Amino acid sequence: MTEKRLSLSELQGKARCLRCHVIGMTATAGSGHPGGSLSSADILAALYFGVLRHDPNRPQWEDRDRFVLSKGHAAPVLYAALAESMYFPRELLYSLRKCDSPLQGHPDMGLLPGVEASTGSLGQGLSIANGMALAGRLDGKDYRVYVLMGDGEVDEGQVWEAAMAASHYKLDSVTAILDRNRQQIDGWTKDVMSLEPLADKWRAFGWHVLETDGHDMEAILKAITAAQQVKGQPSIVIAHTTKGKGASFMENNLRFHGNAPDRAEMDRGLGEVRTEERCKVCEVQYPGPC
Amino acid sequence: MKYSIQARARPRKTENPLDGSEGNTLLTELVSTREAYGQTLLQLGRENKDIVVLDADLSSSTKTRLFAAEFPQRHFEMGIAEANMIGTAAGLATCGKVPFASTFAVFATCRTFDQLRMSVAYPHLNVKVVAAHGGISVGEDGASHHAIEDVALACALPNFTVLVVADAVETREAVRAAAEHVGPVYLRLSRPAVPAVYHEGCDFVIGKAIRLRDGKDATIIANGLMLSRALEAADLLSEEGISTRVLDMHTVKPLDAEAVREAAADTGAIVTAEEHLLHGGLGSVVAQTVAEHRPVPLRFVAIRDRYARSGKPDELLEMYGLTSRDIASAVREVLKEK
Repeated sequence: MTEKRLSLSELQGKARCLRCHVIGMTATAGSGHPGGSLSSADILAALYFGVLRHDPNRPQWEDRDRFVLSKGHAAPVLYAALAESMYFPRELLYSLRKCDSPLQGHPDMGLLPGVEASTGSLGQGLSIANGMALAGRLDGKDYRVYVLMGDGEVDEGQVWEAAMAASHYKLDSVTAILDRNRQQIDGWTKDVMSLEPLADKWRAFGWHVLETDGHDMEAILKAITAAQQVKGQPSIVIAHTTKGKGASFMENNLRFHGNAPDRAEMDRGLGEVRTEERCKVCEVQYPGPC
Repeated sequence: MKYSIQARARPRKTENPLDGSEGNTLLTELVSTREAYGQTLLQLGRENKDIVVLDADLSSSTKTRLFAAEFPQRHFEMGIAEANMIGTAAGLATCGKVPFASTFAVFATCRTFDQLRMSVAYPHLNVKVVAAHGGISVGEDGASHHAIEDVALACALPNFTVLVVADAVETREAVRAAAEHVGPVYLRLSRPAVPAVYHEGCDFVIGKAIRLRDGKDATIIANGLMLSRALEAADLLSEEGISTRVLDMHTVKPLDAEAVREAAADTGAIVTAEEHLLHGGLGSVVAQTVAEHRPVPLRFVAIRDRYARSGKPDELLEMYGLTSRDIASAVREVLKEK
């Protein structure tokens, strides 16, 4: 289990660290999805270092909270969070997308400890999370299930099937977090497939809806804590984010949905993500940027 | 196998009412594989508390209602939302549950193929998909409800075990074997009551064909409701002096390649019979094995690249060439090439 709760500034530091890894990993791999990984870095940092009850030494611990990355293309930020939680050595992060690496392009639960579900084909994570919550209820467990979805992802019909079911079964142990970065591959979500009024849609499906700034660590924690208190219905945190957050030239730049930064862009991006406080961990561990 | 019943398979000569045969001799008991599934699931539920059941608004047809009545907490009605049902089953499996997800075969595969692939097959999760209403013997509901592609789809998924059962006794054994097997299983049942092939039990082992009859001239490899027809065909041929081996190939994947090789070597000709499209079903996988290991003449009794119409099961099976007479004709044909 996470021994001590990190301070707000430490959590913010973790988010910066995850961003460094995302930029470094995808640049090293030469491919991947940095945009949606960077938009959810604060959420992942909040979950893995401030919220989840988990034990990297016992990845199969029955009472652990579950986290399902339904938007599987944000695998780099999940891997970074797992490595920073000590599920596996940080060095492994830089084998991303290589043939002999357990860090597949999209998460494979069979290859890497800490990955709770294999994802990548969008729209399936909430159903899986519901199944985990139902199993927990049957077994009398008090673990919670968190699932991160993309906003483009909720175009998928299965999401709404699962939304209906979570509400029908009153799965209050489920908290969905929606990374509302407003972009998907073909453009702005409002142009590709209108989602609004998104909060009302979830409310109409029987969910308790919270909205937050997805880059404000204190607000994220507050929203998730509020979601934990909701009884008799599932909850969703709509986290308003910016795709590519952290590196100015990547922000809202669709090129970085599914393309990695090149070497120069990596250096520039890392320069922007890092603050004056250099990340000691990366300085030691990561041969490249920090 | 822990659950296998020791009594030997003891097929007997039958007259198949689904053939539309004239006459009064309904010697054969007709039994429903769906009923057998529902009853076995209930028994399993009593033995193993980790077994859970999911339905998509068809629990009265899939016969999982028996389980639901006794274990309401462990039965999850998912509504008409098959994709979500499979994903939910996958989530339950990650937590050590043994989910049985049931609906009609056509929805269990065609509607959910990506969920079966991404959420079950790829992560090798312990989900059992038990599909009622396989094939065209679904009957009057017509092509929208006929599953003729399901076996091909299930076989296309790495890590999946694919079973097609012939009668109630075999269903009981197959459901138990599926529950014991660790990994994804697709099990296909039929809608109509079918003639009993096994009367006292069968030695059901996943991946192991059952030799129901031995012969030297040709081998008929069949499964599902075509198995009783294969036995009838063997009877017809026997009257003409043609001796056929009959194999119950209840496991389409992993195929019992050894039994196929032996059949090719010993009898020199093979006919397959299935209630499924020719493409990608039992005939295809048998042909692959034969072609690779022991080329011999082959014939296939299967549905030919088309959708069937509405009608009574026996009418449809006749119309689309799935009778014992069709099997017997195929054997006579293949013998000409030996």
